[in-house]
Amino acid sequence: MTERISERALQAQVGSQSAPIDEPSAIRSFHSSFRETELAELSRRINASNWPERETVRDQTQGVPLALLQDLAHYWGSEYDFRKCEARLNEQPQFITEIDGLDIHFIHVRSPHEQALPLIITHGWPGSILHLLKVIDPLTNPTAHGASADDAFHLVIPSLPGYGFSEKPSRAGWSPERIARAWVELMKRLGYSKFVAQGGDWGALVVDLMGKQAAPELLGIHTNLAAAVPAKVMQAIHAHGPLPPDLSSEERTQAEKLSTFFATGLGYAIAMATRPQTLYGLVDSPIGLAAWLMDLGDGDAKPAAALTEALHRITTGRCEDELTRDDVLDNITLYWLTKTALSSSRLYWENKVAFFEASGVAIPVAVSVFPGEFYQPPRSWAERAYPKLIYYNRAEKGAHFPAWEQPKVFSSELRLAFRSLRG
Amino acid sequence: MQHSEAKTTRSATAIPHLDAVTLGASTPSGSTRAAIRPFKSTFPESALAELQRRVRATNWPDKETVDDDSQGVQLATMKKLAQYWSTDYDWRKIEARLNEFPSFITEIDGLDIHFLHVRSQHEGALPVIITHGWPGSVIEQLKNIDPLVNPTAHGGTAADAFDVVIPSIPGYGFSGKPTESGWDCPRIARAWTTLMKRLGYTRYVAQGGDWGALITEQLGVQAAPELLGIHVNLPSALPEEVLKALAAGAGAPAGLSGEEARAFERLDYFFKKGLGYAIEMSNRPQTLYGIADSPVGLAAWFCDHDILSYRLKARAFDGNPGGLTRDDVLDNITFAWLTNTAISSGRLYHENKLPFFVPMGVKIPIAVSAFPDEIYQIPRSWAERAYPRLIHYNRLEQGGHFAAWEQPKLLVQEMRTAFGLLR
Repeated sequence: MTERISERALQAQVGSQSAPIDEPSAIRSFHSSFRETELAELSRRINASNWPERETVRDQTQGVPLALLQDLAHYWGSEYDFRKCEARLNEQPQFITEIDGLDIHFIHVRSPHEQALPLIITHGWPGSILHLLKVIDPLTNPTAHGASADDAFHLVIPSLPGYGFSEKPSRAGWSPERIARAWVELMKRLGYSKFVAQGGDWGALVVDLMGKQAAPELLGIHTNLAAAVPAKVMQAIHAHGPLPPDLSSEERTQAEKLSTFFATGLGYAIAMATRPQTLYGLVDSPIGLAAWLMDLGDGDAKPAAALTEALHRITTGRCEDELTRDDVLDNITLYWLTKTALSSSRLYWENKVAFFEASGVAIPVAVSVFPGEFYQPPRSWAERAYPKLIYYNRAEKGAHFPAWEQPKVFSSELRLAFRSLRG
Repeated sequence: MQHSEAKTTRSATAIPHLDAVTLGASTPSGSTRAAIRPFKSTFPESALAELQRRVRATNWPDKETVDDDSQGVQLATMKKLAQYWSTDYDWRKIEARLNEFPSFITEIDGLDIHFLHVRSQHEGALPVIITHGWPGSVIEQLKNIDPLVNPTAHGGTAADAFDVVIPSIPGYGFSGKPTESGWDCPRIARAWTTLMKRLGYTRYVAQGGDWGALITEQLGVQAAPELLGIHVNLPSALPEEVLKALAAGAGAPAGLSGEEARAFERLDYFFKKGLGYAIEMSNRPQTLYGIADSPVGLAAWFCDHDILSYRLKARAFDGNPGGLTRDDVLDNITFAWLTNTAISSGRLYHENKLPFFVPMGVKIPIAVSAFPDEIYQIPRSWAERAYPRLIHYNRLEQGGHFAAWEQPKLLVQEMRTAFGLLR
C-alpha cells in the first residue's frame, strides 16, 4: 500500500511545488484512484462472509447486533458505490509531502478571502479526512453559507500517520507529540506564519499537545473533546473507587458518565493500546472491520447512536446535515482499501499521554461541548484544564463526530470560537 | 430480508453432522430429552477446503513496528502459521483421535451438552469431571485421558484410576450455543452436577484450568454432596490487598515475600498489558465478527491469551516447539473455526459476573497446582488464606496456562497425588 500510494503520488506530480520533486519537502499533488479489482474483491469478501450466530440479547449490550450488520453488509456488497465518495474527495485539492521521514497526505483548500485565518483540523479514530469534507466549503467560503467573509479560513486537513493516504510508520515512535510537531512543520511548509488548530477524538489530543508545545505561529486551539477531567476524578475512575466528595452535581453526573464508559465501553481501546497487531481479523474481514469501526460509542449509545441512526438514512445522495448510511460506509471502505485497520490502531499503542487530562496548555483554548459526546465537560473543569479559555459553548446538537454529523453547527462553532484570535 | 435469512440459516447449520448423527442414534423425543446420544465428529470435506481457501486468500496487514512481541502476535509468526495451516496441516488426524473416545450429547437445562466419557477398566476408579477454558476445548484434554483411565500403562497403579468426563462448555465445540443470555459459571457448574448424576456417579471429583477453574470452584461453592473435592491449576485466590493494589495500578502492597512479589509483578503486567482481549469480549463479544469471518483473525486472537502461552505457541511455528506442537495449536483453532464458535465462546466473558481471581468461598477440599508460566504462580500463603481446606499445594518446575495440553504428564501426576487423598 505504501509503495502504491507513493507510485500514485509520483504519477500525480504536477506543477505548483514549492520544492523540487526529488526533495523530501516537495509538495506533490494526489488523487485517490483505487483499482476496480480492489472494489470487486471487497464486494466478493462481503458477500462471502462467514457469520456468527445472533447475539443472545435483544438489545445492543453485546455489541453490534447481527441483523444490523447483515443489513449493512447486504447493501455494502451490492448497491453501495465508493466511486461517489472518491469523486467527492478528489474534488478537493490533495497533496502528499514528507515530514520527519513519513509521507503525510492532506487536503489544502485556500479561501477566496485572502485575509482568511489558516486552520488545521485533525480527525481521530475511527475517523479520516472523510469526516471533515462537509465543513470545507462552509469554512473556506463562508459567504455562501450565511456567514461573513471575516469568518473565512484557509483549511488544511491532514491524514494522521497510519491513516487514510498518509504513510504507515514502519517503526515505532509516531506518538501524538510527534504528530503535533509534524503539523506545525506542515503549516510552516505551506507558508502559514500564523494559524489555529482544531480537533476531536485523537485530533483533540493532538491539538492539546500542539497547545502545550506552543509554537509561536500557533494562535490558539479549538477542541470538541476537551481533556478536562480533574486528576482526582480520573484516579477514582481508574481505581473503581468512590468519587471525590466535593463535586458539584453537574460534575458528579459527568464523572459518573465517564466511569460507566470506562467500565463497559473501553475494551476496543484497551485491546488496541496493548496488542494492536493481534487484530488480524480487521484487515482480513470486511464485516469484522465494519463492526469494529462502528462500535465506538458516543454519549447516547454504543454503537454510537449517530451511526446506527444513520444506517436508517438510506439516501444515496449527499446529505448536508444528516449522517447517512453512505457516510458510514465511505469511511469504513476507506479503511479497508487503504488497509489501515492495524496501522491506525497503533496510535493507541503509541500514546503515553492521559487522554482526558490536558496539562500545560497555556495558549488560548476554545471548547465546544456536544450533547451526544462521551461526556460534557462542565465549564468549571474546562476553566481549570485550560487557563486561557477564550470560548466555551454547549452546542445544540451533535455527538462524537460533530463535523461529520452536524457540519453547520460545527462550522458555526469554529467561526465563533476563533473570532477573538483574528486581527 | 431474504438475504439475512439465507445467511442466518447457513450459520445455524454450521455443524451439519449434528443432525445426521442424532438421527442415526437415539433421537430424543420430548419425553427423553435426558437421553444420552452417541456423537461422532465428521466435518464435511467442503468445510475443510473452504477453510484452506480462506487462509490462502488472507488479506495481510503491514508488519508490526517493533522487533518484539510487544504489539501482539507478530506478522512473521502468523504467516508461518497460515502457510502450514493451508498446506500440510491435517485436521482429520485430530478428528480421528477425538473419535477414538466415546463421545455423547445430552440436553441439560434446555441446552445440548457435548461430552467425552471414558470409563476405566479398574473397579473403584474415581470419577472426575474435567473442564477446559478459553480459548480451549475438549481437544486440550485428550492427552490426559489414557493416563487417567488406564494408569497401569502410564507409570501409575490401579488405585490411581479415574473414570473421565470431559464436557464442552456451552457455546464451545460441539455443545449447543445458548440463544438466550444466562449461561454463566454457576449455571454451568449446576449443569455439570446434573450431568454427573445422569451418568450415575454418586461420588466424584472435579478439575479445571482457566474458565474450567472458575467453573470447578463454583462446583466447590455449590458443594453438591456427591462432590468430594476439586483441583484447579488457575486458582481464584488473590488476597484483598493484592486485588486493591492491582485495581489501583499503583504498585505492590507492602510486606510481600519474594514469591508473592513475583506473583504480583506477573499479575500487574497481565492487568496492564494482557487483558485487552478479555475486556473486549466481556464488553462487546458480538462485535468480534472478524474472528468469525477470518481464519487468521481467529488464529491470532486465540494465540494471544497471555504473553507466556503466546510465546509457547509462537515457538511451535519457529521450529522450536516446547510443550505444544504446531498441530496442537492449529487443532484447537480449527475446531473453533469449524464449529463457528469464535463468538459464542467469547460470550462467556460477557456472561461472567465473577471478578477474575477473587476468592469465591470454596469450603470443600481443594488441591492447587502452581505452574511457573501461568498468568501468576500462586504462592502457598495466598492459597492457604483463600481455601480453608487446602489438601494439596505444589509448585511445578515447568508448564504454563494450558497445563493439561502442554504438560499432560505433570498434570496427571498432580491429579493422582491430590485426589489420592480423597479416595
